[in-house]
Amino acid sequence: MNVQKSIKIAHRGLHKAGHSGVATKGILRRVIVRVRCGVLNLSSKTGSFDAPFEQNNIIEKVRIMQQLKDPANTRVVVGMSGGVDSSVAAHLLKQQGYDVIGIFMKNWDDTDENGVCTATEDYDDVIKVCNQIGIPYYSVNFEKQYWDKVFSYFLEEYKAGRTPNPDVMCNKEIKFKAFLEHAVSLGADYLATGHYAQVKEVDGETQLLRGHDNNKDQTYFLNQLSQDQLSKVMFPIGHLEKKLVREIAAEAGLATATKKDSTGICFIGERNFKEFLSQYLPAQPGEMVTMDGVKMGRHDGLMYYTIGQRQGLGIGGAGDPWFVLGKNLQTNELLVGQNIHHEALFSDQLTAVNMSFTTSEPKNKTFSCTAKFRYRQEDVKVEVELTPDKGAIITFAEPVRAITPGQAVVLYDGEICLGGGTIDEVMKNGKKLTYVG
Amino acid sequence: MNRIYLDHAATSPIHPQVITKMMEAMEQTYGNPSSIHATGREARKQLDIARQQFASSIGAKDQDIILTSGGTEADNFAIFGTAYARKTEGSHIITSQIEHHAVLTACEKLEKEGFEVTYLPVNSQGRLTVEDVKQALRDDTILVTIMLGNNEVGTIQPIQEIGELLNDHKATFHTDAVQAYGLLPVSVDDLKVDLLSVSSHKINGPKGIGFLYHRKGTKLSPQFFGGQQERKRRAGTENVPGILAFAEAVTIAQQTMEEKRDQYSQFKKEMVSIWQQAEIDFKVNGEEQFTLPHILNVSFAGTDVESLLVNLDMAGLSVSSGSACTAGSINPSHVLVAMYGEKASELRNSIRFSFGYGVTDAEIKEAATITANVVKRLVK
Repeated sequence: MNVQKSIKIAHRGLHKAGHSGVATKGILRRVIVRVRCGVLNLSSKTGSFDAPFEQNNIIEKVRIMQQLKDPANTRVVVGMSGGVDSSVAAHLLKQQGYDVIGIFMKNWDDTDENGVCTATEDYDDVIKVCNQIGIPYYSVNFEKQYWDKVFSYFLEEYKAGRTPNPDVMCNKEIKFKAFLEHAVSLGADYLATGHYAQVKEVDGETQLLRGHDNNKDQTYFLNQLSQDQLSKVMFPIGHLEKKLVREIAAEAGLATATKKDSTGICFIGERNFKEFLSQYLPAQPGEMVTMDGVKMGRHDGLMYYTIGQRQGLGIGGAGDPWFVLGKNLQTNELLVGQNIHHEALFSDQLTAVNMSFTTSEPKNKTFSCTAKFRYRQEDVKVEVELTPDKGAIITFAEPVRAITPGQAVVLYDGEICLGGGTIDEVMKNGKKLTYVG
Repeated sequence: MNRIYLDHAATSPIHPQVITKMMEAMEQTYGNPSSIHATGREARKQLDIARQQFASSIGAKDQDIILTSGGTEADNFAIFGTAYARKTEGSHIITSQIEHHAVLTACEKLEKEGFEVTYLPVNSQGRLTVEDVKQALRDDTILVTIMLGNNEVGTIQPIQEIGELLNDHKATFHTDAVQAYGLLPVSVDDLKVDLLSVSSHKINGPKGIGFLYHRKGTKLSPQFFGGQQERKRRAGTENVPGILAFAEAVTIAQQTMEEKRDQYSQFKKEMVSIWQQAEIDFKVNGEEQFTLPHILNVSFAGTDVESLLVNLDMAGLSVSSGSACTAGSINPSHVLVAMYGEKASELRNSIRFSFGYGVTDAEIKEAATITANVVKRLVK
């Protein structure tokens, strides 16, 4: 496949993303579609024309708002990590004629005793790619903000016996807040990232849609973004499959085309998680016990374990493998049990805090939708009841395994990511499972 | 867009006469100065003439000039060369908190090797005092290394007074004159220094060449080993085209020094006046009478340097701030930290404008106007 062809596919995808069925079926409604990238490039805050068309016997009056500013006069800051996704995001925007600026965010300093720092190596890749694409590049330092807003929260949550999700917090507070403000200060109209997610404007609101590549969809991590943030965002590769992203990078000869995807939490990277955490939090080893109180061995510190985890328990012997069922903070005991489907791992309800919605808050305090409780999990049907102070009680249609306090619960209506919150308490048959946190 | 380059303290454009000289040297003077044949002798002859030019420019003798690959090597050579040559006499080194990283990082390395280093503080104008040096001096102090003119804020240090103080002390006295050379008259005897570093690319010469002045009799341990070049002090075939071009740059710098000082002082006045008229909130860092003529370091209240620099770059203005750090991000300048403390707002909102060859009055006015406009927009 040549570059032109893959770009066409890239653009076709954009087109599709702009128009695919998010409108509620059976309702005649006015859909304002703003296509923020791709060949359509007609988006705008002002100026418009009407373009009615038929679809499934529903006449949708589609208003494609024409951009007052053409791409050449639309400045887009691309958050570049030095990875292939953001490289291709920048490349596609540049191809579409935008005024693109690549900016690398330095959030963490992991310089070792030999002076080697992941950020330096990643920034070198950003430089190479930006020079290949032909865009200016800069770097911005958010180490302090990251420490204050993300890392402190991360440690606090671990101290409280929960399993935090720093990536959700990073997107909320750093990438789409501090960094977005920085982009705006540089005269940017939009901030683009290499996330596998899509945005679409409907009725003057920007919807957050799942990435086209189901396997890569990153809306789970973006659930806390507000309407205000989303309205200034572009996801140039959200309509593409990862495989195609790599092909585009390879055909364009980008330096990051074959670079390995980063894994794990950004500031820990490839390092040993236990070792990393032990530098910041004192570990208190304790007993590993079954739900019936039978001692099975020692644990290295409760914070090192996650609900449902199998690896690293070191319980030998015959029979089924052992899993983490929960933690008792008071007695510093790690609760373990055999069988991946141990009944103690299952729950049917949770409470969430810090609920946030990507569009305006739902009119009804109770509604049905689907939810994810961890990244890459299949959606589960749920009933949501919003409670005061940004809380929610979320009831599942069927029991779910290993719900983990501190992680995000993210709500979806079809392709739309509605928002989400942080899992606080986990229940079964109306009773709180005290052992999971 | 015609860009305006006001970052001459970072590096400077090569003067056309220097380019001509370097091209000629590359074409004609290709011999190895150590060779015994005519081609080698011609290169040696040109090299000796150049060396004499370097020496005269600082009131030194030609054999006191050690050619290096630039300012960093000269500073490293002075520091490691002295420390290793005199380690049996003592292990204490005095420097300042505002030195170039070529000095600071070298000192940190020596600390790891067991040397003890005192980093003298500066006042809010970026100056240290002779009294501070006196207080820090010990019997086992073997090296004092203080820069002549600071590269970020431009502060000029009392080198001559320190030199006088050290007359009665055994310590070797080194000054990093990289930023000051070519703009301030430099005489090694007046300054009473034993070692002095100079770089070519700051004065419109090519990159990759510089020299270390080495007062006769000062103990200095070689850091490069091989041939017998530079009187066995620095091995390696001489970079003849670079050296000849550097000498040309030195000649031009000497001839134009007075004129540049007047012109740059005028530039500073103009920029300040435009900012005053624009009614933006700004403050010049450092005290003018103790600041290098070509450096204007300014704090713009209410801005953030990372945004400010990028905006100025996009508006066609090349200026800088502090020193680029890991991954291209801007670390708070250690010089401003030394002047104002860790928490000062100046650390996050200061920009360095630096003037040099080819900068016009019109460019200065435009640069000041661009800056005022960007600052106004960002402060809103």
